[in-house]
Amino acid sequence: MTTVTAEKLFVKGNEAVAMAAIEAGCTCYFGYPITPQSDIPEYLSRELVKSGGEFLQAESEIGAINMVLGASAAGARAMTSSSGPGISLKQEGISYMAGSELPGVIVDIMRQGPGLGGIDASQADYWQATKGGGHGGYRIIVLAPNSVQEMYDLTMLAFDLSDIYRMPAMLLADSVIGQMKESITANPRPVVALPEKEWAVRGRTEGTLQNVVKSLKLGDGEMEKHHWKMDARYQELAEKESRWEEVDTADAELIVTAFGSTSRIARTAVSMARESGLKVGLLRPISLFPFPKKAYASLSERCKLFLSIELSTGQMVDDVRLAVARDAEVAFYGRPPGTGSLPTPEEIFEQIKKTCQACA
Amino acid sequence: MKQVFTSPESLKDVSTHFCPGCHHGSVHRLVGEALDEFGIRAETIGVASVGCSVFLYGYFDIDVIEAPHGRAPAVATGAKRARPDRIVFTYQGDGDLAAIGMSEIIHSANRGEGITVIFVNNTTYGMTGGQMAPTTMPGQKTSTSPYGRDITKDGAPFKMAELLSNLDGVAFSARVALNSPKNVIQAKKMIKTAFQYQVEKKGFSFIEALAACPTNWSMSPLDANQRVCDEMIPYFPLGVYKNTANL
Amino acid sequence: MRYDVFFAGYGGQGVLLAGNLLSYAAIHEAKNVSFFPSYGVEKRGGAAMCTVVFADGDTGSPVVGNPSVSLLLNQLSFDKYASKVKQGGICIVNSSLVETGGVELPGIEMVKVPMNQIAIDLGDVRMVNMVACGAYIEKSGALKSSSLEAALKKALPERNHKLIPANVKAMEAGAQAAKGKNA
Repeated sequence: MTTVTAEKLFVKGNEAVAMAAIEAGCTCYFGYPITPQSDIPEYLSRELVKSGGEFLQAESEIGAINMVLGASAAGARAMTSSSGPGISLKQEGISYMAGSELPGVIVDIMRQGPGLGGIDASQADYWQATKGGGHGGYRIIVLAPNSVQEMYDLTMLAFDLSDIYRMPAMLLADSVIGQMKESITANPRPVVALPEKEWAVRGRTEGTLQNVVKSLKLGDGEMEKHHWKMDARYQELAEKESRWEEVDTADAELIVTAFGSTSRIARTAVSMARESGLKVGLLRPISLFPFPKKAYASLSERCKLFLSIELSTGQMVDDVRLAVARDAEVAFYGRPPGTGSLPTPEEIFEQIKKTCQACA
Repeated sequence: MKQVFTSPESLKDVSTHFCPGCHHGSVHRLVGEALDEFGIRAETIGVASVGCSVFLYGYFDIDVIEAPHGRAPAVATGAKRARPDRIVFTYQGDGDLAAIGMSEIIHSANRGEGITVIFVNNTTYGMTGGQMAPTTMPGQKTSTSPYGRDITKDGAPFKMAELLSNLDGVAFSARVALNSPKNVIQAKKMIKTAFQYQVEKKGFSFIEALAACPTNWSMSPLDANQRVCDEMIPYFPLGVYKNTANL
Repeated sequence: MRYDVFFAGYGGQGVLLAGNLLSYAAIHEAKNVSFFPSYGVEKRGGAAMCTVVFADGDTGSPVVGNPSVSLLLNQLSFDKYASKVKQGGICIVNSSLVETGGVELPGIEMVKVPMNQIAIDLGDVRMVNMVACGAYIEKSGALKSSSLEAALKKALPERNHKLIPANVKAMEAGAQAAKGKNA
């Protein structure tokens, strides 16, 4: 090798998540097999123990998320991973973690639903991921990688944000991103100033306060106060941690918007549109919660036409409509999940042309 | 004057929310004494469950995690795996452990997690107002079994101490009661043994404590105590069901 | 430059390994690579497909509707995917197993290579995927054959490295067969 940069690895999206978890200092993984994410527990069952970490295949998704809760309460960096049916089961634990202000990383490699659905790619769990998912009115951090490199990088970011903001963080991808292999650089864990976990249970030693990790809040006004505190945290997240990518937006007359796998397909469609002389750009939210509202708002001051592309009948499009200026038009093109329902770049290019024509 | 009786250091000097005649207070005390006597208070993490036992953190002067309903053994598994140097115990009632949490208790026991489980069996859901529990006795009337538990429809009560003792992962399993001084002394011994298993890293230990719930049984504390003796103990025999290390 | 290639066949033909090899070869040439597999739920004999995209810059969509080059290794794949090849693109067909009949692909260069026969002649039908890779490199000019040799070392487990010379031979035979050949 003559290159001075780190050697490129060729790895599967799911494996990149597992590699990054170890690099991020995750010492506890608890999971349960489900397609299309089983590469993650398989990799960690092999590799996490080598670095002294704990891998445990739980009796259920419910067991797994509660083990994450326990390990996180004890101060460890903990993770679980699953897909739709399993993520539904984990919602109870995620709600308790949110209520207890516990960090922890949940990887959701989306598959089709409702019910058992199927194993092909889907983005129909956008609502479940970004609107709370469980009971009680809470939000969690949601990051949406669109490449294997981002599967790696955003896994590490998820751990950091989760620790900093003391709330669960989810990595939301689908079987396209989870199953594909790409060349990546396995970057070292970024140096981030993390708060001490002074709240963690570690044994009640003399001179220290009793630490209790709980979500029960029965005192007068205690729960209301907690909700406002969490709300302030969500505002802070929106302010500081909104992440997005823009491609060719400067002079765009149509902004295509998509996350995860569809943003990759849309990216090529946007290039095709540019080659044909259409002024089209791409806005890709990387953080789905916080949703990068300001990016949409500021682009929509100039560009009045948006097209949201999703592997569903339309979920993120709600957030896009709320984020853009009132006089901006938001069109939608969706392919609900199903075998063979992945749109091609050619197909999205057609939609771009149609949308441009309809509004010309 | 020599002090002959004192509250365990592991317990806070507060009054509890428990009803008169409830045995939770006694179990709390015995667990507190065990922690004191092993000198492990400072390294213990308690896992509270959902039900009357939820306020563990209010009464024990130890670090506590509150678990979702039934999930305490999974939460304890996570905590113990993250901090194997700590003493981790769960404190659960019968609805929590033997109904909604059956999967978690069976699997953590079968894995032989190095934790201690304190299971309080009062044959009813106490906190929610006396509904039928998985340990409600045949014929017992509760707010959701107004004609008495019909074992042809509801199944028979779970005998958890026996059931768990059949799992290879369980090192110690015993059933105790708190209805008489003699039984309390025996219970103290068993609870200490259960923690000794954990202190000596000898595996999963389980205590089932038969307890009175006068309020939901609509009995006086004395009558409730008598019921433990007359009805529960014959059905749920006291004793050690497993003691692999002969501690 | 951005290149894309689509492989399809049935499970057991080594379609996914071929895609992996081209990916490693592209990485060897310092390109960015996306490899997107899809296959039936069966462990053996089901449909197997993969798309490989490689580029100096962004690889863009891992999903390709109209591939620049398609390698179709069995009849089912040919019937289903031959017409999807991009205008001006190349469709490389395993003529040992595919009856192209009177199918016309206007604007698409069809290259017939008797991949199974070549592999059998070299001693092992399982090298059909290597024959296909050789044909691809020859017709597309997208990667160097030396990169593919280097890729074999990366993609195959150590214990199978003794098979590399035979595989290189199969690749060369595939390239030779595809040279200047079209329907």
